[in-house]
Amino acid sequence: MALLTMVQAINQVLGEEMARDDRVVILGEDVGTDGGVFRITEGLLPRFGPERVIDTPLSESAIVGAAIGMAAYGLRPVVEIQFMGFMYAAFDQLVTHASRLRSRSRSRYTCPLVVRTPYGGGIKAPELHEESTEALFCHQPGIKVVAPSGPHTAKGLLLAALRDPDPVIFLEPTRLYRLHREEVTEGEYTIPIGRAEVVREGSEVTVIAWGSMLERVLKVVGQYRAEVIDLLTLNPFDVETVLASIRKTGRVVIVHEAVRTCGLGAEIAATIAEEAILYLRAPILRVAAPDVTMPLPRLEEYYLPTTEQVAAALDEVMRY
Amino acid sequence: MPEEVRATFAVRHLSILDENGNVDEPLMPPLSDAEIRRMYEAMVLARTFDDRALALQREGRLGTYPPIRGQEAAQVGSAFALAPSDWVFPSFRETGVHLTLGYPIDRLFLYWAGDERGQITPDHLNIFPVCVSVGTHIPHAVGVAMAMKYRQDPAVAVAWFGDGATSKGDFHEGFNMAGVFRLPVVFICQNNQWAISVPLQRQTAATTLAQKAIAYGFEGVQVDGNDVFAVYKATTDALDRARRGDGPTFIECVTYRMADHTTADDAARYRAPEEVDAWLKRDPLIRLERFMDGKGLWSTAYGDEVTERAVAAIDEAIRQMEAAPPPDPTEMFAQTLATPSPRQARQAQEL
Repeated sequence: MALLTMVQAINQVLGEEMARDDRVVILGEDVGTDGGVFRITEGLLPRFGPERVIDTPLSESAIVGAAIGMAAYGLRPVVEIQFMGFMYAAFDQLVTHASRLRSRSRSRYTCPLVVRTPYGGGIKAPELHEESTEALFCHQPGIKVVAPSGPHTAKGLLLAALRDPDPVIFLEPTRLYRLHREEVTEGEYTIPIGRAEVVREGSEVTVIAWGSMLERVLKVVGQYRAEVIDLLTLNPFDVETVLASIRKTGRVVIVHEAVRTCGLGAEIAATIAEEAILYLRAPILRVAAPDVTMPLPRLEEYYLPTTEQVAAALDEVMRY
Repeated sequence: MPEEVRATFAVRHLSILDENGNVDEPLMPPLSDAEIRRMYEAMVLARTFDDRALALQREGRLGTYPPIRGQEAAQVGSAFALAPSDWVFPSFRETGVHLTLGYPIDRLFLYWAGDERGQITPDHLNIFPVCVSVGTHIPHAVGVAMAMKYRQDPAVAVAWFGDGATSKGDFHEGFNMAGVFRLPVVFICQNNQWAISVPLQRQTAATTLAQKAIAYGFEGVQVDGNDVFAVYKATTDALDRARRGDGPTFIECVTYRMADHTTADDAARYRAPEEVDAWLKRDPLIRLERFMDGKGLWSTAYGDEVTERAVAAIDEAIRQMEAAPPPDPTEMFAQTLATPSPRQARQAQEL
């Protein structure tokens, strides 16, 4: 076991898998000499050389497009998109091609590709550096979307993503990069894609969160008999774990830092309503960002869901 | 500090076979009589396929189809230069490339009949699925070229696209990356003058499309796209350069889309019949026939025989296509992810 930050955990798994598998290559802006703007890929260029740790032109669409070609050729490319707000420039490649190559070619060509990107707010960064638009990507079949909530889950989920036969978007909660250290098991382990984790057992209410919101939720739940689910995989999300918990608790609060309208919380709420409504003792509540574009740092605290809002939602469902 | 010229450029235009069937002998690539006959036969096959596809669409036996009439030299001439190890990235109007490379004809029909199984490339070929979203396949060719370079495979990635694609961001991003990394990739533009109803003058203010490569640090050459020998020579030169490790090349084939954009289009709405008539005189098949006739490689009887063979091959392919069992709807789920999600699995059962 070693105490690692999320940055160190991600760096470690990238290095270990590159050492094990010469199909794994990294490409993106500033990933080589600079080690990435968050230093996630630090030390990998001297270890693996410029043919495997590739500083590309500033060209998100071509980076993802080229990675699609590399994946089809038999490599295992790992793309770093510098911030989630720059993913939109590659959205066409992800939706038009990465998600469809398998289906379109009836599996003659596949796309085992990982796109890593820092996401989420709370770091007082410029415009488009704090986006949380995971639902845009979760809406597209053929792409998996995962979001770790700390160093341990980052390592296990990333290794699973690197070995997945299909494209995976790996969302790294920027606020958590260096927020805390965690004991991280040394050597190989994977957290299966598609599986959520119950991180706290409880009997009266279920709280579902992911990414950096999990950390806020865990600060609040102490005074409730709350079961907390770390969703980990956003698409396809673990319906069974969610429903099993709802059947037990009968109450649910979904917390995400993305905007409320058409957020992933809506899909989770609809699934619960369709499949477990008779178990519910209270309305399904969402704690989410308001329906505005992500503000600049001075208004950021009015945008991100707070511990107080989570507590208020818990109080409200417990009143029923 | 005086002003000085830091860069100048020139764009070459290559033309070998003229409309009367005469060739510029010093430029003529070394092709045997048998190879020239194979090129001709591939062009006839492509035109025969095209004609039959239009007829089948009108009969309701095929879906929307984008004809290639007029572009046979540009497609056959370029595809003819490839090696089996090369990877092919077609747009949606590259039937002549598929046919030249030996893609199963029945699968081409199957695709245009609206069936994904038509895109299953045989194992001995590497042809990516056709790209419907204009120009977005260019970065894929770049990525495959990066992988070939990393693996030190002596192969080349070749992408075909139209003049409209040169206005897309992925064209520029892909070209730029190919130039920066000096990749083994060849870009072939079928400049057929029209992107549906929009003429070339609305795609670019540049004199040629070929010159766009120069800004990305590699050579762009313009060729007479209705001249199968010029297209073949330019492609051969570009592939040789790529295999030597000397980087990418852009080939602009100046040609003409003689038919509508697709079977859902009516080109008479936006272009003058005189323009189409002028290009009919430059038909790539006629000039090759004239050349072959002059060389004693063509006769009416031979021409008839080639056409009959093409018709027979097309008839057989249509028969096979129409005899294919209907697609299994659960394949939608089986082919989206390697392992369907529980929800997908349930949706498949509920069909």
